[in-house]
Amino acid sequence: MDKNVVLHAEGMNKIYPGTKALDNVSYDVLKGKVNVLIGENGAGKSTLMKLIAGIEQPTSGKMYMDGEEVAFKDTTEARAKGIGIIHQELSLFPNLNVYQNIFMGREQTTGRFKLDNKTHIAETNRVLEKLEHVMDPQTLAGDLRVGQQQMIEIARNFLQDDLKILIMDEPTSSLSEQEVEVLFRLMREFTEAGIAIVYISHRLEEIMRIGDNVTILRDGKYVARAEVKDIDVPWIVQQMVGEGKSYPKKDREIEWSKREKVLEVKNLTLPKSGGGYLLDNVNFNLKRGEILGIYGLMGAGRTEIFECIMGLRPEHTGEIYKDGKLLEIKSLRGQIDNGFAIVPEDRQAEGLVQTLSIGKNISLSSLEDYTKAGFIVKKKEDEQIDRQIKDIMIKVADKDLPILSLSGGNQQKVVIGKGILTNPDILLLDEPSRGIDIGAKTEVFDIINQYAERGVSILVISSELKEIVSIADRVIVLSNGVKTGEFVHEEVSEDQLVLSSYKGHGTKKSLKEN
Amino acid sequence: MGKNRVKKAGNTNWVMTLLKGRTLLILAVLVIFFSFASPNFFAVNTGLTIAKHVALYGIMGIGMTYVIITGGIDLSVGAVAGLSGMVAGGLINEGLTIAPLGVTVYFGLPWIILISAAVGVLIGWLNGFIITRFNVAPFITTLGTMNIARGLANLRSNGATFSNIVGKEALGNTGFNYLGKSIFGIPAGVIILVLIAIVAACLLKYTPFGWHILAIGGNAKAAKLSGIKVEKNTTLVYMFSGFCSAIVGMISAAQLVAAHPATGEGWEMNAISAAVLGGTSMSGGIGSVGGTIIGAFIIGVINDGMTMCGVSEFWQKVIKGIVVIAAVIVDQFQRNLQAKMALQARNEGK
Repeated sequence: MDKNVVLHAEGMNKIYPGTKALDNVSYDVLKGKVNVLIGENGAGKSTLMKLIAGIEQPTSGKMYMDGEEVAFKDTTEARAKGIGIIHQELSLFPNLNVYQNIFMGREQTTGRFKLDNKTHIAETNRVLEKLEHVMDPQTLAGDLRVGQQQMIEIARNFLQDDLKILIMDEPTSSLSEQEVEVLFRLMREFTEAGIAIVYISHRLEEIMRIGDNVTILRDGKYVARAEVKDIDVPWIVQQMVGEGKSYPKKDREIEWSKREKVLEVKNLTLPKSGGGYLLDNVNFNLKRGEILGIYGLMGAGRTEIFECIMGLRPEHTGEIYKDGKLLEIKSLRGQIDNGFAIVPEDRQAEGLVQTLSIGKNISLSSLEDYTKAGFIVKKKEDEQIDRQIKDIMIKVADKDLPILSLSGGNQQKVVIGKGILTNPDILLLDEPSRGIDIGAKTEVFDIINQYAERGVSILVISSELKEIVSIADRVIVLSNGVKTGEFVHEEVSEDQLVLSSYKGHGTKKSLKEN
Repeated sequence: MGKNRVKKAGNTNWVMTLLKGRTLLILAVLVIFFSFASPNFFAVNTGLTIAKHVALYGIMGIGMTYVIITGGIDLSVGAVAGLSGMVAGGLINEGLTIAPLGVTVYFGLPWIILISAAVGVLIGWLNGFIITRFNVAPFITTLGTMNIARGLANLRSNGATFSNIVGKEALGNTGFNYLGKSIFGIPAGVIILVLIAIVAACLLKYTPFGWHILAIGGNAKAAKLSGIKVEKNTTLVYMFSGFCSAIVGMISAAQLVAAHPATGEGWEMNAISAAVLGGTSMSGGIGSVGGTIIGAFIIGVINDGMTMCGVSEFWQKVIKGIVVIAAVIVDQFQRNLQAKMALQARNEGK
């Protein structure tokens, strides 16, 4: 075996009840390199990494390190061999403080039993300094920002002395630009020290920057492997999707100036609890059948706009007009009755009731429309559900199946379908394509376009430039709570959006200097 | 503007301190109230009587606190106390009859205590085993073992009471009643409470085991991924709770110099109330031994204080229920305020 290969996995299979998550995949992890692993959701990346990190065990297949066969019963065994993993989902203890989180499972003790918190704190400070994230080690993890929490997750793995392989499953998904820079620099330090990094990410630009080699999986199978210097983004996308799929280009010939305004937001302002503003005098309007994109960095105030409109932020000021009438926003239910529907950002936590069936999830928001004398008329409900399932193109054998039996993309369609069933005039979509694969994204966009054609006006938040450029008729950009740009479809360019999204930070800074 | 904000923050800090020390505050208010309401309340003797009762809720509450910290619940504690009291009483008065051999064995006091405690630990182990191995909800598991233990306690004597459990010189099993007496004026139960409390508090705060159970309650999945033996630690916690209950059963039997199979009925509610009043979060991950002991004192003071004031037992229950719910509401309020302040600190830090 090549001595640059620190771990070799041969013929890995993983079968879950009903699905083959990994199908005879062989994989080499190269020493001192950033080994990128990509594929659509459900391609088997995370599964492969779970097997290597000992979180799950392969159905069949063998792994070798230094020419010896290895098998890991749990994460502790994998860790003993120098394999660390930064999980995709945060796995912190919100009830414990920073140093407890970092040292959990690898506590230092004086004598046999007594925890050595002095060492814990000192080591924590050292690691956090290296990560350029100095914070009080006594802070509760639950009180930290998501980005900081991600850093804690990363810091846990930096403490391992004999680290050989570090698996990073989407570590940048909630980091800011600067935080990503720090992380990349540290990754370079690691590889120079001979540590192998396995890097999973959906951000293709990132991969081109930091990766050394790329392995692509599709539907649990190995597809291709290449050196990053030999390839480009279109090539990767092509390998991932299997055919030359890209986002559909829209071509709507509508004279927007003649369309009536459905929604008008004036001077929307939302104070921050510690002073300053989450939203600072934001103005925009939305026309019938229009798709208005809202772009901005994390924390720019995008979600807060939705929260104000839906009545979740009673402390906001400013006026919101619908069809020319000033709205008095009382409650979320009231806003649904006023013709609004929202598809929240966090599908699992806010969008779905996991214990209910597909059908019940679809009809949840509009149940009252199917009642007679307080009882649900099953036939009426079923009719609506069936129509909606067809409408949103979910492939499903039986609407009584549990919602979790659907893929992420189809689950998202269900959440959209639920919103649509309340017959909204205005649909608010918060990151509708987050965490779903490219194929399903395209379908979700088709659905959005279809409803826009029928006259539903849509506000859509997205962090992905390409996505928002292709789907929106018009885009507004938020930066630090301020609206910093507005572009109609023909003139939207990715560069302009990015530029605008940083503007708000500049002005704030110059204000301070004065 | 800046000045204003500092002042505001100062105010919230003051409220925070008040909220954090609220359990002690409630206790102090209750003591002052009953001192006025009942002339005999504020006296050393009354204090010792209350402490004697509090020892029972306190010890049970400590075991319960551990269980609740892992995100579970132990409803079997009262029944286990009843069972272990019956085991101890039976061993003292009747010994252990081994039917096939036709002999009756009388054990010495240390063995009697050890066996009775072991019964509690065994039921605790059974709880942990069922919960971790078969994934049965703790509520259901311990509801089942509660009935099993209560049934066994009654079966031991066919529902009768073992009275006068002092042992006989000739059999060498005397001395059990000392568990119910006082040593240098301090009830033995209180001394045991202090010992168990110190050990439990140190375990929770200063050892990896303590971290691990906090972690299990905070995020069980993450605990597992961090290499923590979730099943083993959870089972240990239920065994500890069973142990505490068994000790309570013995102290109670010794205090009464009699073992009754119905002893401990409804005590699980006192133990849960003590833990919750002491700031233990029912969703797991948060709790302290010190808090639970203060909680136990609150319950003890309400019980005995109201009895001394002549409040009927029925009204006592109503009032205890209100106090517990009010405590949780205040707790929730404090947590929200704390989260708000953390957010504020974060924003100002930026």
